[in-house]
This record gives sequence, C-alpha cells and structure tokens, in this order.
Amino acid sequence: MFSYCSDPDTLGTFRWFSCYLTTGVHMSFYVAFLKVLLLLAITAPVALGFGFLGAMAARARFAPLRWFGKTYIAIVRGVPDIAFFLFFVIALDQAFEYMRHKVLCPDWDQPIRQGSDFVVCTAAKLPLSTAPQWMHETYGFLLAVVTFAIVFGAFAANVLFGGMRAVPRAQLETAEAYGMSQRQTFWRILVPQMWVYALPGLSNLWMVLIKATPLLFLLGIEDIVYWARELGGTKTSRFTDYPHGDWRMWYFLFLLIFYLAFTRVSEIVLERLMQKLTHGQATSGGEAQRRAAA
Amino acid sequence: MKSLIMGTAALALAAGMAFAQGQTIRMGTEGAYPPYNFINDAGEVDGFERELGDELCKRAELTCEWVKNDWDSIIPNLVSGNYDTIMAGMSITDERDQVIDFTQNYFPPTASAYVAASDGVDVLNGVVAAQTATIQAGHVAESGATLVEFATPEETIAAVRNGEADAVLADYDFLVPLVEESSGELMFVGEPVPLGGGIGMGLRESDGELRDRFDAIITEMKADGSLNTMLKKWFGEDTTTY
Repeated sequence: MFSYCSDPDTLGTFRWFSCYLTTGVHMSFYVAFLKVLLLLAITAPVALGFGFLGAMAARARFAPLRWFGKTYIAIVRGVPDIAFFLFFVIALDQAFEYMRHKVLCPDWDQPIRQGSDFVVCTAAKLPLSTAPQWMHETYGFLLAVVTFAIVFGAFAANVLFGGMRAVPRAQLETAEAYGMSQRQTFWRILVPQMWVYALPGLSNLWMVLIKATPLLFLLGIEDIVYWARELGGTKTSRFTDYPHGDWRMWYFLFLLIFYLAFTRVSEIVLERLMQKLTHGQATSGGEAQRRAAA
Repeated sequence: MKSLIMGTAALALAAGMAFAQGQTIRMGTEGAYPPYNFINDAGEVDGFERELGDELCKRAELTCEWVKNDWDSIIPNLVSGNYDTIMAGMSITDERDQVIDFTQNYFPPTASAYVAASDGVDVLNGVVAAQTATIQAGHVAESGATLVEFATPEETIAAVRNGEADAVLADYDFLVPLVEESSGELMFVGEPVPLGGGIGMGLRESDGELRDRFDAIITEMKADGSLNTMLKKWFGEDTTTY
C-alpha cells in the first residue's frame, strides 16, 4: 500500500501497523464489513415485505390462504435458525439445479443422486462451473438473503399481524361509517396506524437480525467472523511478511465493538422513528406528545 | 446390467465433453494449513498445493480457479458440485475413498508428529488436540489419549499454548515452522507416527475421466523431477521425495 512497506521487518511500530492493516487480506476483511451491511440493507426490506404478505395472508378471509400464512409463521418460527440455515440453503440450491436440469437436459438418463453425489448436467449447474468466482459468491450471497428474508419474514409477519389487530376497532368502524370499502379501510386506516404498534416488535427483530449476520459464516460466505479468525491466527515468518502470534482475541474484540456501535446507532434511529410515528396517534405516547406541545 | 454399462459409457462421454480443453475447473482448498495451502498477504491462495495445482492445470490445458472452503464441509461441498477437486493436504484413506475418489499421491506418506508446550508429556494418556475429521484425530482416538477436536488447525495449536490440551497431533511439515518460531515454547515430543497413504487430489466418484487425466500428469511430474523440485522448495531439502 505505502512505498515503505517493501521491508516490514525494519519498520517502527506505527508504520508496521499501517502496512499490516492495509495488506490484501485486510482489504478482504474490510470488504466483508460492507458485505454484512449490504446483506442487512437488502434483507430488512425484503423480510418486511415477506412479513407484510404473511400477515395479510394470515388474516385473509379465504381459508387456504389463511392456512398458508399461519403455517408459514408457525413452521419458520418453530425451527431453530441454525437448522433452518443448514438445511434450507442446500435444499434451495439443489431444488433450483434440479428444476434447471429437468428443463435444460431432458435427454439425461443418469440418476441425479448417485450414492452421495448430487449430479446434474453441466448446463444446469448454478452458477455454471465456468462462471467467474464473483458470480459464485453473489449466488451464495443471494441464497443467504432469501433464507434470512424467509426466517425474519415469519417473525415480522407475526409482529405485523399483532400490530394490525391492535388498531382500535373504533377507528375501523368510523371508516366503515364513512362508507369506505374494506380495501380502503385496510390501506387508508389500518396500515398507517398499525406501525406504531408494530415498531417495538420490529425494532427487536432488526437487532436480532444484526446479531444474526455471523450466520453468514455457516453458509460458507467469507464474512467478518471468517476473516477475523483467519487474520487473527498465528502467522509464521515463512509465509507472511507480517508474522504475529495468536491475535484472534483482538480481532474478535474489534467485532464486538463494531456490533455494539451498530446496534447503538440503530437504537437511536429507531427511537426517533418511534417519536415520529407516535405523533397524533390515539395511544398514551401520542397523548403525552399532545400535552407536551399544548 | 447392460443399461448400467451403457450408462457408465454415456457418463464417461459426458464427462469427457465437460472437461474439454480450456474448461474451467474449480479447485477446493482450505487455505489454513501452511505450507500446503494458506492465504498470503495479498489475500490469495498460496502454498505448495497452489503451485502444484496450477502446474497440473497448465499441463492439462484447463483453466483453474481456486475456491476456499471450511475443512468440515470440504467433502460434502465437493460431492454436491460446488467445486471439482480438493487439494487441501488431504491424506488418502479408505474411509474417504468410499465417498470420493483420489488420484495417486502427490505428497509421499510422511509421519505426523506430536507437539507440546513442555517436555515429557505423555501423549498416549494425556489430552491431545487434533483437527476434526483428520487421520490424526482418528489416530488419537485409537491411541488411548483423550481427544479434543477443533475445526481449524490454528485452534489445535492455540489449545496447546493455553493448556487446554497437553499436545497436538498434526502433519510434521505443518508443525515445523510453528515450533521453530515459538522461541522454545513449543517442542516436538514422543515418536513420530506414520499415518495415511500420502496426500492426493480428491475428486467426485463420477468424474473418472478428470481423475485419470490428473493422475497421468502427476505420474509425468514424478518422472521428470518437477514434483521433487516443488517439494524441496516448500518443505526443505531434507523432505521425502519421489
């Protein structure tokens, strides 16, 4: 990175660290932080979408749709995250490849399961084995996003379901009295008001989601935990210009600080959002705001 | 039976087409076991197996891409098709051979060794660390010592340093640089244990054609001495050669 880095053995402590912390592997470590943030940025809205659909399904009048919504919530909430992650990602990947295999290689006469091998034709591989490594990583990342979204969507569905039920019945009756249709009542009265009831639950979920990101490591994605373990491990001078002992403690301490800082910032933002949503609501919080202003 | 033979022939044909010249082969490795394989300062896979693997691919006229994978799941991910080969210091054993196929060894059978933090540790009755699902872990379990397993080689060494284990059993060549640079903290103890049938490249059982191709090139490299040159470069002048 810097011109003086060519011979690290001769450097003073400060310069040594400035070189050490800017090596190629450390860059991968920093990119991994962006990966985690990107995962959160994509997963949170998608999971909220899943949750909204799940909640709508769970309170639908049409019975099969209602059963579907309730089953989704019950199954995903009941299965441990780790079991879900280990099973679901492999199953999803193999399901995709199986479908592509059926479409793209109709002439294939081999069994797909040969002993423990899962063999599909080359054209059905996802991504293709000729694809560059970044495509493989992106694919793995997308599988992770889908899995996270399904898991957290189920929890969000339950929270939103509760939020929708918490909106005072009188509000909905008033809407009906004004002659609004059911759809209008839902979108204009129920949805805008439910957020204030759902937010405490959703903010909990957001915190849990932040803390669940190290599960990426389980999915074979090189996230911050992987790199902290890799970089912190003992390095001997034969294989690196920057030999050091077992520094994993310091790397993990850094992760701890990162997560604490991140959740603290989230708390502050969510608190502000709550203030905003409470404004003008028929809740005790809304009433307190009104009095303070008066 | 006939359909089975036909099927095998069709598969061999398909595999032959699949690995035509210039095709991309994905090489799986762990990246945490120097000098066999490790991540260098630039963040790339490096080591003896990287150099050998690149040479094998060059001679086979294949494009190779290196993929890192945890040791725990390195065989399941090969079998499910995430990559096509394993070059990760993996010793050829009968148990593994039942699930995947191996080429002939490209690293001769060598001894594993015990390393401890103090002299005179009883490696046959004490607590011995080893990496999960390795031949060393299997040996410790049979030797009568108490086995503690870890997911990465790094953690097995850390266990000895912090006293959680009395000794660690691992490949001799992995331990040498660690002992040399520990300034006397770590030392070899007990007798070396000859284990395994050497290190080979692992492939799916359904990839017979690719296996034969790499196998032929390894034979060629053993014959022309280029493999020995690489072995000496990474493991020192005194290492066992072909």
